[in-house]
Amino acid sequence: MTFVPKPSARHPLLKTNEIGLTRRDYEAIVSTLCAGCGHDSVSAAVIQACHELSIPPHQFAKVSGIGCSSKTPSYFLGNAHGFNSVHGRMPSIATGAYIANKDLKYIGISGDGDSASIGLGQFAHIIRRRVNMCYIVDNNGTYGLTKGQFSATNDRGSTSKRGVPNLYAPIDLVSLAIQLGASFVARSFSGDKQQLIPLIKAAVLHKGFAFIDVISPCVMFNNHDGSTKSYTHVRNHTEPVVDANLIMPRDEITVEYEEGTTTSVPMHDGSKLQLRKLSDSYEPNNRVSALTYVQKAQEEGEIVTGLLFLEEDAVDCHDILGTLDTPFNELDEENLCPGTERLEQINDSLR
Amino acid sequence: MQPTDIHNPNYFHKVVDCQWACPAHTPVPEYIRLIAQERYTEAYMINWESNVFPGILGRTCDRPCEPACRRVRTEEKPVAICRLKRVAADHKGDIAPYLPKVPKKKNGKRIALLGAGPASLAVARDLLPLGYTIDMFDRDPGGGGMMRSQIPAFRLPKDVLEEEVDLIVNMGVNTHYNYEISSMKEMLDRGYDAYFVGTGAPRGRDLDLPGRVEVSKHISIGIDWLSSVAFGHTTSISGKVIVMGGGNTAMDCCRTSNRLGAESVTVVVRSGFDVMKASDWEKEDAMAEGIPILNNRPPKEFVHENGRLKGVVFGRVKPEEVDGRLKYLPTGEPDVFIEADHILMAIGQENHCPWIERDLGIEFDKWDCPIIDEDSLQSTHEKVFFGGDSAFGPENIIWASAHAHKAAISIHLFCQGKDPKQDRPPEGVNLISQKMGLHEWSYDAEHDPSQRHIVPHADLKRSLDNIKVEVELGFDEDLGFKEAQRCLNCDVQTVFTEKLCIECDACVDICPLDCITFTPNAPENDLRKVLTAPAENSEQDLYVSDILPTNRVMVKDEDLCLHCGLCAERCPTNAWDMQKSIIHIPQLSSYAE
Repeated sequence: MTFVPKPSARHPLLKTNEIGLTRRDYEAIVSTLCAGCGHDSVSAAVIQACHELSIPPHQFAKVSGIGCSSKTPSYFLGNAHGFNSVHGRMPSIATGAYIANKDLKYIGISGDGDSASIGLGQFAHIIRRRVNMCYIVDNNGTYGLTKGQFSATNDRGSTSKRGVPNLYAPIDLVSLAIQLGASFVARSFSGDKQQLIPLIKAAVLHKGFAFIDVISPCVMFNNHDGSTKSYTHVRNHTEPVVDANLIMPRDEITVEYEEGTTTSVPMHDGSKLQLRKLSDSYEPNNRVSALTYVQKAQEEGEIVTGLLFLEEDAVDCHDILGTLDTPFNELDEENLCPGTERLEQINDSLR
Repeated sequence: MQPTDIHNPNYFHKVVDCQWACPAHTPVPEYIRLIAQERYTEAYMINWESNVFPGILGRTCDRPCEPACRRVRTEEKPVAICRLKRVAADHKGDIAPYLPKVPKKKNGKRIALLGAGPASLAVARDLLPLGYTIDMFDRDPGGGGMMRSQIPAFRLPKDVLEEEVDLIVNMGVNTHYNYEISSMKEMLDRGYDAYFVGTGAPRGRDLDLPGRVEVSKHISIGIDWLSSVAFGHTTSISGKVIVMGGGNTAMDCCRTSNRLGAESVTVVVRSGFDVMKASDWEKEDAMAEGIPILNNRPPKEFVHENGRLKGVVFGRVKPEEVDGRLKYLPTGEPDVFIEADHILMAIGQENHCPWIERDLGIEFDKWDCPIIDEDSLQSTHEKVFFGGDSAFGPENIIWASAHAHKAAISIHLFCQGKDPKQDRPPEGVNLISQKMGLHEWSYDAEHDPSQRHIVPHADLKRSLDNIKVEVELGFDEDLGFKEAQRCLNCDVQTVFTEKLCIECDACVDICPLDCITFTPNAPENDLRKVLTAPAENSEQDLYVSDILPTNRVMVKDEDLCLHCGLCAERCPTNAWDMQKSIIHIPQLSSYAE
């Protein structure tokens, strides 16, 4: 908990984006999380990513549930919309908001408790419904707010701070997301912003449900030697398989990769998502083989990171429902509500 | 890059930009904190130890510290360091208990100080507590040198001057005032153990132009004229006055003329406005009193009729860069004639010592300046030391204090039979953690974004009517506190301990000025380009750690650090700590204890 507010003074050479804002314009109040919390790095990555995307902060909506992770939307995009929901119920709120206003960019922040325990059912169904959003789980494998019990994503055999091993097998949210039909699935590490920031940018622009599992160490309760979600363990057991890099229309391509290793995916706003395979045998467009690879690596205690699965030309829930192009919240009452006569007609047709 | 050696006294000293820029290395943030705590006496004594004349300098210093202030780079306007020094002097209590004790029993060594200006006085102050016998000689009827004779009372009231001069004189200096020093040989024959020459730069430059001889009674040399005003020999000036020159003496001349009854005063300067030697605030004050400053006008001729000065003809030039050097080229426009009844010439001074015979072993260079060792200030005659303006030419008072501390150490070493160059004590640095609790620091870490506060001035009419009315009123306690809060506490350093760092990025994320980066090591020029924010100011160092577990290094650009302590606040392992750096600049007082 920091009591000193972040000074407003900023670096005179701070870059402005296409709409004239600096990174500082995407910040919010100072975090009240423990010093060194991985979640703060995720917030910083979100700030950087949104700045680089040149989308005005008020065109974002931040949604979250309950937990350390779910507090973090207070610490980024201070000028965005937001809703801090009931524990595990962020997906319902996000679904409702997205149905009402499909023009906003939705960023959901949840934790391993919020999404893998109390909210697992909601998590499964928002994926199934294909809500167009970037859903980030700050995954630290522990219940930090209640002082360090194992969460549902904690690996079997990983120990508590006091040395007691976890007896249960973990829920792997990445595998679930791939299996349940998410069209963009990634995993990253809070301590690797170089990887995380492009993933967040791509996830925000991706049309469809984009899921990022971010391993984000809890410095207080899960950063010790026996933990498999500590800074040291994650750094030593990470295997990046597909590097993602979002190239905006104005960006210069500065790095040339060897032919055959990269593929370029066009995004809806004209930018391109460049994928670079770091592992020959990895197929990021094949749901079955990606799932197999991820699960095999997990058995071996390795953490596969990067853009793990991408379905190009995915559809989202508005496509499935065939709604209007105009967001519902912009329709007047006459158009939104067809009237008694039309309702009678519909009812009659069903009799 | 190699890991930074933070135990090198210069490393963190450089981060304290104001202290580094101050010739006397006054620990500025330390005394500013004391002012904020209303501990004016202690704040004054910190100044007194370093620069000897806080009350005088708080009004007259050239302030090399202020352009160096980090706030210039992070916001725009520096902290009003000089005026805060005055706050300490104006509000101090009884300083007697803090003053060094002068032993009754003398150590048997006799030192002659030639000149009673700031340099000599400061040498006396340093030497007296060690039991030296001090004889001080000066041609004026009182001590203070140019501080008394050249700085007008509306900038430096006599009581402020005399308080600080007398403080030293009363420590036991044997004064020999009204003593015209006419021969160094005679002085050397008196058999002192060492001599300190602090006679300043007392000769004002003159201009040999057509008509100069004919109108000589209408032309005064600026510093001589100011001195005659200071001692009450001149009490008025009439008609139209032209002040020639663009330094602080020119500003003092024009403002003094304005007060002594001149019909009109015009300052005419050979160079452009921006490159004038006068401090910005001196120029502003002169213009605020309605005095025009004409630039790029080199004088060509004094026009006279029947032995009477009519005016001066000036050419017109414009500054242009030729081969990287600023040159003044004629614009081709016709010359200008400006009417004048009196001319004050303030175009520079020389440290001319005609009274030093050239066969005594004191050697002079081709510009007729004494040859002096820069560290010890010893001349080529082992018993003779120089300081102040007489050493390296005209500078501000603060330089005199700085020279004096060096010279005093040299004289002491010399009198002990040691080498004034080789045996000098080293500089040092202490680092002390300022952590008081989980989120508590011993200094006010919170950044104050307020703008520089303006010093109130006396009513213009009242101050123009009376030359003794001080123009600047100084900050009161309330404004002083507010201004003190603007200080960034640059002496509270961000100290990094590699082995504690878990590379969580918390410091990188929180730093408001993007000073911190974790990156693979590289040569300095490459590193400067890849940091979170580009480090373009190569005068400011990069703080580089040893290699971390991820094979990266921590690089901190010291340039814009606010010393807000947020990196240390957000560090989970105390790898960052805020530690006060206390720079030990050797002074003779440490020998006395």
